[in-house]
Amino acid sequence: MPIPQLPDAEALCGALADAMRPHVDASATALVGIHTGGVWIAERLHAALGLKIALGSIDVSFHRDDYNQRGLHANARSSQIPFDVDGAHIVIVDDVLYTGRTIRAAMNEIFDYGRPGRVDLAVLSDRGGRELPVAPTWCPHALSLPVAQMLALERSDDGRLSFRLMEK
Amino acid sequence: MSVTTHGGNPQLNRHGELNHLITIEGLPRDVLTRILDTAAPFTEVAEREVKKLPLLRGKSVFNLFFENSTRTRTTFEIAAKRLSADVINLNISTSSANKGETLLDTVDNLAAMQADMFVVRHASSGAPYLIAQHLAATGRDHIHVVNAGDGRHAHPTQGLLDMYTIRHFKKDFTRLTVAVVGDILHSRVARSQIHALKTLGVPEVRVIAPKTLLPAAVDRLGVRVFNDMQEGLRGVDVVMMLRLQNERMQGALLPSTQEFFKSWGLTPEKLALAKPDAIVMHPGPMNRGVEIDSAVADGRQAVILPQVTFGIAVRMAVMAMLGGN
Repeated sequence: MPIPQLPDAEALCGALADAMRPHVDASATALVGIHTGGVWIAERLHAALGLKIALGSIDVSFHRDDYNQRGLHANARSSQIPFDVDGAHIVIVDDVLYTGRTIRAAMNEIFDYGRPGRVDLAVLSDRGGRELPVAPTWCPHALSLPVAQMLALERSDDGRLSFRLMEK
Repeated sequence: MSVTTHGGNPQLNRHGELNHLITIEGLPRDVLTRILDTAAPFTEVAEREVKKLPLLRGKSVFNLFFENSTRTRTTFEIAAKRLSADVINLNISTSSANKGETLLDTVDNLAAMQADMFVVRHASSGAPYLIAQHLAATGRDHIHVVNAGDGRHAHPTQGLLDMYTIRHFKKDFTRLTVAVVGDILHSRVARSQIHALKTLGVPEVRVIAPKTLLPAAVDRLGVRVFNDMQEGLRGVDVVMMLRLQNERMQGALLPSTQEFFKSWGLTPEKLALAKPDAIVMHPGPMNRGVEIDSAVADGRQAVILPQVTFGIAVRMAVMAMLGGN
């Protein structure tokens, strides 16, 4: 099988910010990154878009739908939602969109804090394989990967983001 | 009854994951640390508008209390409800003639009602272990058992919430001097605390008590024994007070509660011998003026109410970990 050309994650962060810019309000749009890769990207977007509302982060361990099969995720972390969710425009940020189950869990997590006015989804890459009716609002890159492969975002010591293809 | 001496640890399943929580004794440090780490995000759930997580949705948790306890039962109930479990509280009298048979009959009946978890408080040491063993022997070890205090043996969730509290305020276990003070003899809490402190690497654990309230081989637990409170409190980072267990007292171990307070009650003067930033803990319910002075219980060094709050998160973590294993 030919190895697909992996996208440049740094360039995609810029492209994602450009795609979002016309649609966000710097004083009213709030970002929530999903641990861990989504938080790295949300930090970049927050700076690039000059957003005023403090960045949120969520861990979806408490809402994962595989708890009964796989138990509680070993590294469950606290979610931090430092703004009022009621009525807010929230953009969920993640690195790679796959089955859609993580996004479903993230939305459940957010709704435990209140009722947002609007929720959008920003991801760097869509690798296909959806199992739920979830579609990104902004996504600068798409590729189709077999089930056995995983596209993972990594961050080097100097803070540079890059993609790596892994066999599951 | 020892639950950790034979073969593997009966609390762990074949993958080394926690299947029951019966005692801290014999649990490896990484299991204790994982419980404490898991409890941390659960503390934040109390701040949300919806204080509920779906992890135990559709599961039935039976609180089997063969001995009275308001606080422990309530915090287990809150923890289970915040995890979306259905909670059934049973306060069962211990007056039946043949307790062993009654206990297992009760368990069989509740298991037949599709119980997923038993939270057990019992006056007899070993009762939760007996239940876990019975469930395993009858092919029902998918039902989890949490010990909520058995006789003088163990009270593991209390020990864990105390460790969570210490870590919250003191960060690093490996540089602490911790004193456990009071009625060690009758205290399952003290046993769980001592095992947890040793496992987590606390270099100096002291027990401070009159000789009549110390178990026979207490030094085998790896603690320093003090029969003088002033001497024992000098330079400690954490003071863990125990409740004087009046209802467990058999015969005249003590002259009077006033006399006890004079020698063994924690007053501001005695607390001043500990480090200036020492914290004071108590598992509750407190006997003010017996083991602790109100000025200390309500003072700035007391972390007794945070213990209660952390207790809910720690019990949520334990039940969420067991329920998924």
